[in-house]
Amino acid sequence: MIWSYLTQEPLIWLTATLLAYLAGTACSRATGGQSWANPVMIAVILLGALLSLTGTDYATYFEGAQFVHFMLGPATVALGLPLLDNLHRLRRAALPMIAALLAGSGTAVISALAIARAMGVEGTVLASLAPKSTTAPVAIGIAERLGGEPTLTAVMVLLTGIFGAVVVTPLLDLLRIRDWRARGFAIGVAAHGIGTARAFQVNQTAGAFSGIGMGLNAVLTAIIAPLALAVFG
Amino acid sequence: MIPGLAIILCFQLAGEIATRALGLPVPGPVLGMILMVAACAMRPRLTARIRPVAEGLLANLSLFFVPAGVGVVAHLALIREQGVALAVAIAVSTVLAIAIGALVFQWVSRLTGTTDPNAVKSGWGAR
Repeated sequence: MIWSYLTQEPLIWLTATLLAYLAGTACSRATGGQSWANPVMIAVILLGALLSLTGTDYATYFEGAQFVHFMLGPATVALGLPLLDNLHRLRRAALPMIAALLAGSGTAVISALAIARAMGVEGTVLASLAPKSTTAPVAIGIAERLGGEPTLTAVMVLLTGIFGAVVVTPLLDLLRIRDWRARGFAIGVAAHGIGTARAFQVNQTAGAFSGIGMGLNAVLTAIIAPLALAVFG
Repeated sequence: MIPGLAIILCFQLAGEIATRALGLPVPGPVLGMILMVAACAMRPRLTARIRPVAEGLLANLSLFFVPAGVGVVAHLALIREQGVALAVAIAVSTVLAIAIGALVFQWVSRLTGTTDPNAVKSGWGAR
């Protein structure tokens, strides 16, 4: 009786989403912010388990969770703030940033599509993969426009961010890149917000440039991804 | 808090309307972000209005990603089928993008003489 009332209201899944996220951030903090203890990943696993235990389908869950999902739009607009705060540095390093943005963003989209296509991935899945290096809200917006699946894109974005954050330090040490601006900018372009969080852990300059790279890549991928998909799709 | 949120929503709305009316390939919120940067660069008082709300949203950016992420439960069969191809594509392209992006930044920075001696990682031998 009470359960049937609850399952017809959005309240229960909205509450569950917030609680799972709080549990995820608590776990992340408990490990000292290790990149493998990603709060989103933990929340997704908890909620996924809860849905299968209670036999709830995703559409029912989303009735409640849509209020949280909606906030992706305003959050994307808010990404303009770190961009604004760093406008003066942006002007000074304009040329290296433009070059690195074009190279990094183009590589991220084109190499992912080329490899996936060669291994037999096509259609909706390929369209969902294309914007994987951009920050989640933007990636979902781009994927929706390309005929991709927003939820599948969210998974690709999450995996890209975690993988990038884990490999960036040894990779760039190996390449002997010592410029913090270059290190930060490259991870922001390739691995969006999760990469940026990692950059801030290591160095403030790297973090600021990573935030700029993430913001610029969001704009550029929106333009590159449809073109690249037209070639490989 | 509400005025700041209203301003942000107005920029998003303007972005959504403009992308649809002009048939632009950019998602509405991305154009909204560009419009907000342009407007705030011209009127710094606007930035102060938006800042508390924008910082609050960005501090919890990962939360807004959870509902879409839970959608993975609807795609388990597909991941079982194409997971290897997707994992290889993501891993290789992410390594390439980080490496090429950083190398190009460093190369152009030296070429144009815009290196920054205060932003150099120390810890192993010079050069």
